[in-house]
Amino acid sequence: MAQNTNILDYFNLFWFAVLPYVALFTFLLVTIQRYTRRGFTYSSLSSQFLENKIHFWGLVPFHYGILTILFGHLLGFLIPRQVLLWNSDPLRLHILEVTAFIGGIFTLVGLVNIVIRRLVDPRAKVVTSTADWVVLSILLFQIGTGLFVAIFNSWGSSWFAASITPYFWSLLAFSPDIAFVTPMPMLVKLHIISAYFLILLFPFTRLVHVLVIPNPYLWRKPQLVRWYWDRKKIRTPGFKAKRK
Amino acid sequence: MVFHLDKCIGCHTCSIACKNIWTDRKGTEYMWWNNVETKPGTGYPTRWEDQDKYQGGWEKRNGKLGLRSTGKGRVVFNLFHNPHQPGLDDYYEPWTYKYEDLFNAPEGNDQPTARPISMVTGKHIDIEAGPNWDDDLSGSPVYAENDPNLSALSPEQRAQLSAIERLVFFYFPRICNHCLNPACVASCPSGALYKRGEDGVVLIDQKRCRGWRSCVAACPYKKSYYNWNTGKSEKCILCFPRIETGQAPACFHSCVGRIRYLGVLLYDADRIDEIAGRPDNELVDAHRELIVDPNDPAIIKAARENGIQDDVIRSAQKSPVYKFVKEWKIALPPHIEFRTLPMLFYVPPMLPVMSSFDGKTVKNMTEGLFPDFDKARAPIEYLGKLFGAGNNSKVRYVLKKQMAIRTYRRAVTVGDVEMEHAEHMLREADCTVAEAEAIYKLTSLCTFEDRFVIPPAHREEAIEMTADPLEYKQSVGFGFKEEVKRGL
Repeated sequence: MAQNTNILDYFNLFWFAVLPYVALFTFLLVTIQRYTRRGFTYSSLSSQFLENKIHFWGLVPFHYGILTILFGHLLGFLIPRQVLLWNSDPLRLHILEVTAFIGGIFTLVGLVNIVIRRLVDPRAKVVTSTADWVVLSILLFQIGTGLFVAIFNSWGSSWFAASITPYFWSLLAFSPDIAFVTPMPMLVKLHIISAYFLILLFPFTRLVHVLVIPNPYLWRKPQLVRWYWDRKKIRTPGFKAKRK
Repeated sequence: MVFHLDKCIGCHTCSIACKNIWTDRKGTEYMWWNNVETKPGTGYPTRWEDQDKYQGGWEKRNGKLGLRSTGKGRVVFNLFHNPHQPGLDDYYEPWTYKYEDLFNAPEGNDQPTARPISMVTGKHIDIEAGPNWDDDLSGSPVYAENDPNLSALSPEQRAQLSAIERLVFFYFPRICNHCLNPACVASCPSGALYKRGEDGVVLIDQKRCRGWRSCVAACPYKKSYYNWNTGKSEKCILCFPRIETGQAPACFHSCVGRIRYLGVLLYDADRIDEIAGRPDNELVDAHRELIVDPNDPAIIKAARENGIQDDVIRSAQKSPVYKFVKEWKIALPPHIEFRTLPMLFYVPPMLPVMSSFDGKTVKNMTEGLFPDFDKARAPIEYLGKLFGAGNNSKVRYVLKKQMAIRTYRRAVTVGDVEMEHAEHMLREADCTVAEAEAIYKLTSLCTFEDRFVIPPAHREEAIEMTADPLEYKQSVGFGFKEEVKRGL
């Protein structure tokens, strides 16, 4: 009996104290390496050009759904106190939970459409790689478990802020306290583990497009001009173009 | 850039030259950075001129110039699904043939055939469309009938246009216009598109492009294309590696009809916004106003202050484009109502206007000095829609001048027309004898050096020039030699 507990401890230690670091550091190092060395591969890799009908029903609900969900998780992580305070009123708690759940449904519907699209359309199939299927499978698992957690372990916004957030902060402080997660139900554990896998695979897959959201775009002037001459120097006698 | 449509024979040599150099890679099979359309016709991609469908270019809203569908707010909102992006079927599905079947087919009673296979999926397809499916008015009830420019015509005019004995068409070769107010550049969320200061070539930085496809939707001429294999957009680069070494771009160089002219135009970049916002009927003149005189000492001084090389200014003074566009005013921008201020100008074609066949005899329709352009086989409204933003007087001016020059040259060489009559026509057409001679020379007797006046690029030390471009043919193209691999 004691031995069994021991093995379980090791399991927990591996999944919740080792894997997150492996995932996080792989994510950081490989992402930076890929951006600097193989920047060309950073792209949305859109296939809308090849299949333009189901695309809308997949991509739009999925992205808006998952943005809502991720934002919710981020709030629980960054401002747990305020979230708990907000949830102290049952009505507000319900509003938050229902919003999150609708976001989850949107994400799921979108993702299912995305999967169907890539299975059904011969052109979309051409540009679907093994890595894409791995990502889609994990995402499907991730969203599936997420929705089940929302149904069977309700009021997640509260218990996330109360127990998961401290665990994440303990990870970031390099003193992982897995006591917060070990008592969690299996579904929640699976949800967390598959999230780590997503982070781990992130830099190796098309997921990197998340990092290249248009940033300076909203503030820049509409027209861009690049000069290869130095316009000031080129008029001075004896100027030679700089070697690139 | 000037394309002289009267000289275009529709041979597609330009398209092939471009295709063989730039778009023979996977993912670019469907792209024709240079294509030749038959007009009236729907073009490539189908009905590209119809901005109700594609929502490209600029428009004036409440007195302010804005992108029709690719403004910042809408691009961000539509980031996950670009509602106005053409799909593969709006172009065509590229194909090849399974030639090995001709050799490998087992012996039988029938001839083996090479069936078409898609270059996207590799599967058999039934070919339904191609990049020039309506070439020479083929299938015009299906294609030419749908030409968006025909909306300018009355039903009678439309019926006349398709009557077999009045059939008329011309060719319309198209490349990227390298606009002064490019909608593609303005719409790019990644800031990957830019205009080169030195020569005005509009390019997409392949390393910065993230494949949001805004440029594809924004370009009203549909001259930015999405490479479905690399997940990046690509467009005509005006063969900049050739330009930088003093050679004409491949499509210009290979042009059989010698319709293409390339030269420097100096312009006042500060006025672009104001000019692009003028009312439709003023746009052609306003665009001309923007282009400044390279012989004016004040302009030369200003150009120097702005870091323009002396040899570029000298080149601008010899520019054949300047003559066509500004001095002679016989080259017009295509669809300037899209307000991107294209830098490719067309000399509208002199379609058969002089006579009509009434069943028995050929009737001369000329009354007075000039034939009645408004009764021409190709209605002037059609050309006016294409080249004058609806301002037919601009097209009429060009046709009149060309007509007068023809008559004048006929008086000179054949002599069956009175010279006095010809000179009268020239005066009516706002043209002098000297100008007529100059236009005649640059149109008919032009040499390579007359047509292409390309200034030195001053990139003598650029890295690309030491590399052999053919070494990477069909793989990564020119420039940075990174393996073209989808990001998994």
